[in-house]
This record gives sequence, C-alpha cells and structure tokens, in this order.
Amino acid sequence: MTPVPIAGEPVVDSALARAHGLTGDEYALIERWLGRTPTFTELGVFSVMWSEHCSYKSSRNHLKMLPMTGPRVVSGPGENAGALDVGGGWVAVFKIESHNHPSFVEPYQGAATGVGGILRDIFTMGARPIASMDSLKFGALEHPRSRYLLSGVVGGIGGYGNCVGVPTVAGEVMFDPAYNSNVLVNAFCLGLAHKEQLQSACARGVDNPVLYVGSATGRDGIHGASLLASAEFDEASASKRPTVQVGDPFTEKLLMEACLEAMQIGAIVAIQDMGAAGLASSSSEMAGRGNMGIELALDKVPLREAGLTPYEILLSESQERMLLVAEKGRESELIAIFKKWDLNAVTVGRILREPRWRVAWKGKLVADIPVRALTHEAPIYGRPAHRPKSNPAACGKTPVASRPTPKEALRALLASPNVCSRRWIFRQYDSIVRGNTVVGPGGDAAVLRIKGTHRGVALKVDSNPRACARDPYLGTVSTVCEAVRNVACAGARPAGITNCLNYGNPERPEIMWQFVKGIEGLRDAALAFDLPVISGNVSFYNETEGRAIPPTPTIAVVGILEDVAKHLKSYFSVPDDLIVMIRTAAPMLTASEYNALFGSDSNEPWTVNLNRERRLVEGLVDGAERGLIRSAHDAAEGGTAVALAEACFNPHQTLGADIAGLESDPQLFGEGASTVIISATGAHLEDLRRLFEPLEVTVLGRVTGSPRLIIGEEIDQDIDDLRLIYEEALPRRLSSND
Amino acid sequence: MKWAVVQFPGSLDDDDALYALRDVLGQDASVLWHKDKGLSDAECIVLPGGFSYGDYLRCGAIAHFSPIMKSIARFAADGGLVLGICNGFQILCEAHLLPGALTRNRSLSFVCDTVTVRVENRHTPFTYLMQHGDLLRLPIKHGEGCYVAPEPELRQMEERGQVLLRYVDSDGDQSDRGNPNGSMRSIAGVANERFNVFGLMPHPEHAVEAMLGGNDGLKIFRSIAASVAG
Repeated sequence: MTPVPIAGEPVVDSALARAHGLTGDEYALIERWLGRTPTFTELGVFSVMWSEHCSYKSSRNHLKMLPMTGPRVVSGPGENAGALDVGGGWVAVFKIESHNHPSFVEPYQGAATGVGGILRDIFTMGARPIASMDSLKFGALEHPRSRYLLSGVVGGIGGYGNCVGVPTVAGEVMFDPAYNSNVLVNAFCLGLAHKEQLQSACARGVDNPVLYVGSATGRDGIHGASLLASAEFDEASASKRPTVQVGDPFTEKLLMEACLEAMQIGAIVAIQDMGAAGLASSSSEMAGRGNMGIELALDKVPLREAGLTPYEILLSESQERMLLVAEKGRESELIAIFKKWDLNAVTVGRILREPRWRVAWKGKLVADIPVRALTHEAPIYGRPAHRPKSNPAACGKTPVASRPTPKEALRALLASPNVCSRRWIFRQYDSIVRGNTVVGPGGDAAVLRIKGTHRGVALKVDSNPRACARDPYLGTVSTVCEAVRNVACAGARPAGITNCLNYGNPERPEIMWQFVKGIEGLRDAALAFDLPVISGNVSFYNETEGRAIPPTPTIAVVGILEDVAKHLKSYFSVPDDLIVMIRTAAPMLTASEYNALFGSDSNEPWTVNLNRERRLVEGLVDGAERGLIRSAHDAAEGGTAVALAEACFNPHQTLGADIAGLESDPQLFGEGASTVIISATGAHLEDLRRLFEPLEVTVLGRVTGSPRLIIGEEIDQDIDDLRLIYEEALPRRLSSND
Repeated sequence: MKWAVVQFPGSLDDDDALYALRDVLGQDASVLWHKDKGLSDAECIVLPGGFSYGDYLRCGAIAHFSPIMKSIARFAADGGLVLGICNGFQILCEAHLLPGALTRNRSLSFVCDTVTVRVENRHTPFTYLMQHGDLLRLPIKHGEGCYVAPEPELRQMEERGQVLLRYVDSDGDQSDRGNPNGSMRSIAGVANERFNVFGLMPHPEHAVEAMLGGNDGLKIFRSIAASVAG
C-alpha cells in the first residue's frame, strides 16, 4: 500500500519543498528514499526532521570531537539529556537548550516554553527537576525593544518555572547592542534520579503499544523548528508569531508528577517529550534509536479542535505532551495513573519490526517512510569554514572618552547593566521551592543539597561573547574556565559540562569558522579539566538582515560537594581575615566592561594557560574541602575592584576591606585573566601558598569591621553607598524614561 | 501529633511541608489527595503553597471546590486546626474560612525574598510559643499576596486580635519599606474568629534549617504541636 494524497492538499513539487526550507538536492534525496513523490504530509515531516534544529546537519560532524565519556558519565549525548553519577546512589541529569528565535518573536511565551521544554527533557529521563537557570542576552538597555523583551522573557521564565515548582537558582544576563535584533534565551535544568530509575528514549519490543499522554494537540507551533529556528530573521519575522507555542505550566506540573509516578511501576519501555516537530520527531526518533518501526493512528490523537489535518497533527508543537512506549498488556496500569492526574492518555500506535515510520488517518495510509531516512540518514553537511579577512568588530566598542578616576570608574561599573545586581530579575523567580537551595541567585554558583545525604551540587552558566568575538577559540576556552572556576569558588569539584552553542548562519563560511573554533576551544578546555560534555544544543541562524550575533557558546558546569556544609560563600564574613588574590595571568582592559563604558584603543595579545587554570581550580576545591578558605569570589565583568566590592556586600552585616597593591586601571578593572578573591584566616596563609603552587598567592589586605572599601590612595568608599548603587542600578534604568 | 498535608493539582510546597514536619520535626504527617473526603484522623490540616489548578481564574478559586474542602470546612467548624500557607491562605479566603482576600502584589510582579514579620497576638495555637513583638525571618514567594478587606472588617479583626503576623522592616517597625506586597495594614497572616484557622503568605516550611537560610518557621509548627499537647 502506498500513501495517497488527501483531497484539498497542495500538490508536492520542488517549489513547495523550497518553501518548506528544503534545498533541491534534499528534495531529490527524499524522492530517492521513497522511490516516488512524497505526500504533502511526508514533505512536511521531512522538512522538520531535516531542519538544522532537529538534524544538526551543519554541526553533527564537529560535535563528535567533544569528549563525552568519563567514569561519572551514566548517559551522554543522544538521549534526551545527559546523566552524571554524583555519588550516594544519585545521578544528576542536566542539559541546556536555546529558545532564542521564539523569545524574540514573542518573549513571554518563547521564554516560558523554553523552560517547559528543558524541564520535560529532564523528567523524561526519570529525574525529578530540582533546579533551573538561564543565560540571557539582550540588546542595549537603551534600545527601544530591549525593555519589552527583558520584562517579557523574565516574566515568562518566572511565570512558567514558579508555577511548575522548580526553583530558578542562578543565571547570567548581558546587555549589548550586538543583540539588539537577536536575543538569546538559553534554559538549563538539572534533575536528580536514582541510577536504576533512569529512563530511555529507545523503542523496543514488537507490538508494544505507543501511548500519547498530556495536552491535546492544537495548531500552535507548527514549523517552529524548521521555519523559525532554522532561518534568519527579517522584517517579516513578526508574522511568524503563530509558530511560537503557548505554554501551560499547570498541565506541565501534572504531566511531570504523572510521568514520575508512572515510571515507578516499571511498565515504560521508552519515553520522549514531544518537543520540536512534536509527534513526528518523538515517534521517529524513539523508533530510530531502537532500530524499530512505528505505526501511528492519528484518529486516536486527542485534538483541541476538529479539522486538523495529518500534516498539522504530526508537526504541531503544542506543549506539555509526551509519547511513550509501554510494555504490552500493561498500558491500562499506566493510563490509570495519568487519569488520576486528569490527563489524556491514549494508545495511538504500536512498535513494528520493520523499521518504517507509518501513519494512518481515516483508514488511509498518509505516510510511509524508512525510519532511518528521518533520523540517522538525514543529510549532514561539511560546510566550508574560513577565517574572515578582518575580525568583525568586537561588540561593545566605543570611542575613547576621557579617563575617569578609579573612584568614578568603580562607581560607574557597579551601576553598569552588565555588572550591577540582578535582584530585580531573580526576585521574580521562586528560588527556594523544593527546599534544597543552599546558595541561591546572586553568588558565583548556586549550591543545592541532595536530601538524605551530606552531598550537594553546584551549578553555574557562563558566556563571554566579547572574548569570543575577539577570538572564538580562546573566548570559548576562557568561558569554560570561568564556569568551572565559578563552581570551584563554591567549593564544589567540577564534574560535567553541558553547552548551548549560539551562532549566526552556518551557510556563511566565517560563521562556520567561528563555530568550529568554538568546538575546538570547548574540546581543549574540557580535556584540560578532565570534564565530559554530557549534553548540549546548537542554535544557528541567530542573525537579522545579514548581521550575526557575536559567537556565543554558553557553558554550564555542574560540580559535586561531598560535604555540602563545606560550601563557600562569595562574600567576606569575618573582620581581620586576610584577603588574598590568585591570578593566572595579567589582566587587561581589552574587551572589558571598562572599555565598553569608557572606550579604549588597547588590543593586547592574549593567551590562556590551561595548566594554570587547572591549578587554580584544584586549589580552590582542595582548600574548601580542607577548610582553609572562608570565602571565594571570581572577578568577572568589571575586574578585581568590582569583585572586591561585591565580596564586601555581605547580606547579613556590613563589613569593609582595606586593600593595597592594585594601582593601575588594568590591575583594578582589567579582565581576561582569571582572578579569584579569597578570604581566610592569617593562620592558613602558608598552607594556601603551598596549595596553589606554582600560582602566586598575593596578600591584598584585610577584611575590616568598618563599612568602607579602601583600595590604595585612590578609592575610599562607603560600602552601603556602593551597595545602593549596585542594587538600584537595574530598577532605576528600567523605570527611567530615557 | 497527627498532621495531614493536602495535595491539590498544582500544589508545589506540599513536599516541603511534609519534609519540615516529618524529617525536621519528627511529626506524624500524611498526605491527603484533593479528591479524598476523609481527613484520616489528623489534628492539624495544612494547605500548602503552590499554584493549585494553575491559579487559573483566581488564586485558590477552583481549589475551594475540591471534594476535600467540604470536609475541611466541617473539620474547621468543629474546631479542628487548619494552617494555610501562601496558596493555602488564598484557598481559605476563597472558601470564606478566613476573612479578606489576596490580590495582585503592589509591584504587579511575583516576589521571592526573605521578610521580617512581627508576632501580634500570642494567644493562639499558631503563636503559642512566641511573645508579642517577636520578629521572625521568613521567605515569601508569591504574585498575589496583597491582603485586602473592607475597612470596618479590618477594624474588627484588629480588635479581636485576628491579625497574627504583620510585615515589618528590619527594625521591627511597620513601614512601607517593610511591606513587600502592599498588604493593608501590612498584614501577613490572619486567623478566624475562633483562632483555629490561620493563613499566612510567608512560608514557615521553608525556614526550618539554618543551612538553608534560617529556622524561624519551626516556631509556628512547634507552637501548633505544643498547643495540641496542651
């Protein structure tokens, strides 16, 4: 039997294929796979499954270079999310994913459904989500659209995450004109599971029933993956708003509880979220992993409205839906659990021995495709990658203005949108639900305890597009170093990486070059720290009218604390403690926030010594475990002087610091080098020196009981005054009318 | 003593309430499903925080039609102790087991923070181990926590001592700065006229361990247990 066209459908030809984002060659390949012209339904399915978003056709060859194995890796890339053994019988399941394009078109729903999607990737694995974080990039705050996008995205993240009951515990936000026309929303989630409870997305067992659970299918999100996420923006992008899905966090919460409960009875063979490309991708990918076939009866699929065509049912990206393969004969037990939670649960198909993807509707066959053609055999491109003749302008460059005094520079940096407190944002997120948050937003890394054990996990997400714009390789290396260092500053031993690689159009050789350099940087840094990359996501086509974002690899690192009580705070807490600084290289003003504010003509050469970076991280973790370090804080945007001020912002008491030996602007405000500010009792100084060898441990001064930050002759500032600048900068900027 | 925590669809802090009661305080606490009608033989019923029914329509508006709420209303009428936290407080107001209503925060945004509340009446089961004027540091996290009631009703509530907790600043004074959501008279928690039903927006179940930021919430649970023990 051959699939037949449905009355009223468009005639399929190469022009229609092109309108679906498929090239002429790709269309010819489809005809070869089928030995005939595809039906309209089949064309739609091919177009999403072969889209960049679903097939990773430009990136797959390069991603293979990443180290993905290690003694702690329980499950690497290929499943819905990676899983890492964190000890005590627990595995941490985590992943980060982009929702950039939808968030630019419709910020609230785009960000909300980004959170929803990543949550489902985690609980699909059998893990209960315990923490979320987000990496956000917006245009300059002065840009007319930025505030709308910021409040929409933050509202969406909070609206979804708060209602579903997963705390948002950390994140990062950057404002830069380079993102005026392309925001980035990368959402991370981490869950915990007992090792033996991990679920698979690999279909097995001929005749096993396929169950559809969760929300009914509507027309939202059709072609989100192919038309929205796999193409550049232009003036008409607003018209793509209907391709953005609408989230329902309440249903997500029910779905999560029902799935986690259903997983307990051992009747689920395989399970996958209906995310991008919905029913088409979840069914074909599960079958593909198991080298099985699958048969779907679309008449059984719960629909929100009558009249949806097979094309629409298969490609809908309606949220809060899962597809699962059950053990034959046990489907009624599973259905009963979903009914308890008032959710749809219906058998919509079965697993076939013959590896074909077959879809029936109203008694007719509407699609019949070899499974491998949709999954493993989707086209892969070795796209040309060339270094551009001249490095495109690094973001944030401004003409050289008059030099401020160190005091003025410190105050201006603390008020800069890229440095100042993010409280306005994270106050809108529930950061404590589920009762595990030991260190929440506002520190270097978040720390969560694992109930029933003494253990904990630390997590942080970082990116550094300015550095990546200068040098996409070194920029990625230093981004990994920063995320690893932040986790180590919490006292946790870094254990694994997930990544979200945000770039422009990969069909342009200079963008592909940035991407390849980014992969190389991620690989080399991960190898240097012995860290596996256990999951990830690639987001291409982040450009508008030919202008791409700076290369933005977003790196999230998860670390392990064997004794969570030994975690480190980022701020000073005891007067008379020594303040020491450990650096891996000399800081510079090139590509710094200082330069973004005040301009600079500096272009200093730049290297990263990974041996020294590793020593720094090992020293921090060992020092925390041995109780030699009271607090540790990483110097990021704004450099060492800003880090010293932040370390004085103890939320419980007002302390100060008296510092000497930081004299020049690069010393005070430079970035690019890894700098960590530690406080410790003087008795531990010699131990610390031995611990960090061969890195130099520089004594900068002491924590004081008086509320002033004194740095040499130039800076003598009241801490509460600086704290006010730091805390009020963002709300003030957002409520001002200019 | 025996406690029960009600689980509505969309309850989020139910596990946290159970953890506080069972793991931290060693109490006997069971779970009640919203479709249940029996209350086992609990001596205090906890309505937890969260977004019951997604907070669609209005916070707590749908949950109060759950089958279990009829049983809880009878239990309260018979003098049983009921504690509503955050969404639980909203449900109790919707069910008219407590006076007043909770509306959108003054800022129009969800707010997650730690606040200081002052104990205003110690002669209740919920404040049994506290002193008038005691300050508690408790987390809040809500979008609709602005307490409102008609002015005459507020006056009567104040006279009867039904306002058990008030938001204050770090000095312990009632002030605009210390009021995180615009609640009338800085009201953070109220009891019914019989003082056996208590609702509050702050989350005592999230303040039970020093490592997680403080344990002032224990004072409320311990008060309830001590009052039952007599």
